[in-house]
Amino acid sequence: MSKTIEEINEKIRNGKVVVLNAEEIIDYAEKKGVKRTAKEVDVVTTATFGPMCSSGAFLNFGHSDPPIKMTRILLNDVPAYAGIAAVDAYIGATELSETEGLSYGGAYVIEDLISGKPVKLRATSHGTDCYPRREIETYITIDTINQAYFFNPRNAYQNYAAATNSSNRTIYTYMGKLLPNLGNVTYCSAGQLSPLLNDPYYRTIGIGTRIFLAGGQGYVSWYGTQHNPGRERLPNGTPFGTAGTLAVIGNLKEMSPEYLRACTFQGYGVSIFIGIGIPIPVIDEEMVEFLKIKDEDIYTEIFDYSVQRRNRPSYGRVNYRELRSGKIRVKGKSVQTGSISSYSKALEISNVLKKEIKQCKFYLTNYVAPLPAEEKYNTLDILSKEEL
Amino acid sequence: MVRRKLVLSFPENIVTSPITYKLVKEFNLEFNILRAEITPDMEGKMLIELRGDKVLIDDAIKYLTDTGISVQEAAKDIIISKDKCIDCGVCTSICITQALTLDSSNFKLKFNKDKCILCELCLDCCPVSAIKVHI
Repeated sequence: MSKTIEEINEKIRNGKVVVLNAEEIIDYAEKKGVKRTAKEVDVVTTATFGPMCSSGAFLNFGHSDPPIKMTRILLNDVPAYAGIAAVDAYIGATELSETEGLSYGGAYVIEDLISGKPVKLRATSHGTDCYPRREIETYITIDTINQAYFFNPRNAYQNYAAATNSSNRTIYTYMGKLLPNLGNVTYCSAGQLSPLLNDPYYRTIGIGTRIFLAGGQGYVSWYGTQHNPGRERLPNGTPFGTAGTLAVIGNLKEMSPEYLRACTFQGYGVSIFIGIGIPIPVIDEEMVEFLKIKDEDIYTEIFDYSVQRRNRPSYGRVNYRELRSGKIRVKGKSVQTGSISSYSKALEISNVLKKEIKQCKFYLTNYVAPLPAEEKYNTLDILSKEEL
Repeated sequence: MVRRKLVLSFPENIVTSPITYKLVKEFNLEFNILRAEITPDMEGKMLIELRGDKVLIDDAIKYLTDTGISVQEAAKDIIISKDKCIDCGVCTSICITQALTLDSSNFKLKFNKDKCILCELCLDCCPVSAIKVHI
C-alpha cells in the first residue's frame, strides 16, 4: 500500500489529512505498528533550528537617479558582494562589520531587514556613461527594495559532530565555548526531529521540495555544498557524521525574526540561526520505518576541537538521547553536555508546519530531481600546477 | 573591618588543598561560604564572603591567586532575557552548578537562581547575548 503526493494533497484540500510531528510518530508507530501507521498517517513534519553559517541573501536595491553601478557595497558597515550587475548584491551571513568586528555582521543585517529596521546602504563605483553616479549613501528597508531572498548554499546538515576540548585552556569555536580538560561537550542537531535524519536516503526530500524557511515558504534549490551522502551509516539509515546537506531558497519578505536569529559565537564570529521545517509524506511502510527513529537510534561522534587539524581525534560515539540527558561519560569522566541547535524551537516549527498543512496553507510537493546518492567529498590540498 | 564577596575558581589539581583553613589561620579572616560546587578531580567554584582587615583580605587574595585560584568580585545577579533566549541550551554545558538546565518536559531553559554561584562562565557562551550580569 502506497500513497502519492497528489493523494495526500487531496486529503489536505478535503480537510482529512492526518499530520503528526516527527516526535509524535515515534509513539504512534510503536503502538499501532508500521502497517497501520503507514495507512493512517499522511504527513510527518520535521524541523530544525540551528546556526547555519553557509547562508546569505540576494538583494536588489532598485536604481537611483542618476543611476550607479555599485562595485563596493556596505550595509550597516558590513560588506556585501557587489560583483553582480549594477544594483544586485549578496550579503553573506558570516561577513563581519568593518567597524564592529565580531559583534555585528551579515546575519544581523538580514535580521534587521526582516524585522523592518532601516539599514544604511553605502556604495561606490568607478562611474560609466550609462551609470554616472560614483557614490551613494541612503537608507533602505525590506519594503523599499525589490527582491530579497535567501539563497543558502549549505543548510540543514543531516547530522553533525559533537565537540569537546582536551587542552588546558578554554577554546572558542563555532561549536561554542569549550572548557578545558574535557570540561563540556556541545552538539548540534535536532536529532529525531531533524529533516534529513527522518529521510536518510532522500526518498522524498529533493530539489524542488517546498519547505518552511524561517517563517515563510521556501524551496530546496539544490543539494548543499559539502553534500556527502557516502558517510558510514547505521542499519536504520542514519549517518554517524555530517552526510547530506541542502541548498535552500526563500523570500526574505515572508520571513519572521521568530524563526531567524543572528548570533555571535565569542571568539569565532557571526552566524545565523535558521528555522527549517520539512514535511515528509508517508508514502509507504518503508517511510514509517525511517520516520519512527528516535534520539537513541541516532549517533554522532565526539571530536577534540583543541586539535587544530582537518581531522580531529575522536572520543567515540554517543547517541542523542545520551547527549540530551545533560551528562555523558568521556574517557571515564562525567561531562556536561549542551545543544547549540534549539530542540524547543525545532518542536515549535514542526507544530507550526503541522498547523499550516491542516489549514490548507501548505501543500506537499514531488521533488523535481533527487539529491545525489553519491558525491565525492574533496579536500583542499596545497599543490603546484604540476602536482595537480 | 570590611566585607567582600568573591567567586573563587579552583583548577582541578588544587581542589583538594585546604584553602579555607589557611584563610582563617594565616589571615585571621571570617568567612561565609555562600555557595560552592567542588568535586575532587574537577574544576571547583565557590562564592565566598570574607570579613576582616582590608589589608589582610588583599593579602589573602594574593595568596589565593599565587596558589593558582582565580579570584573575582561577585556580581549581584545573572539575568536571562526571555525575549532573546532561543532555548538552545548551550549554556547548560558550561554551568558547573547546574543552575541552568533544560526542562525535560518542554526543552525550555530553566534558571534556578538558588544554585547560581555567579561564576559568570555562562556570560560569553550565549550566541544570542541573552545572558547579562547585573552588577
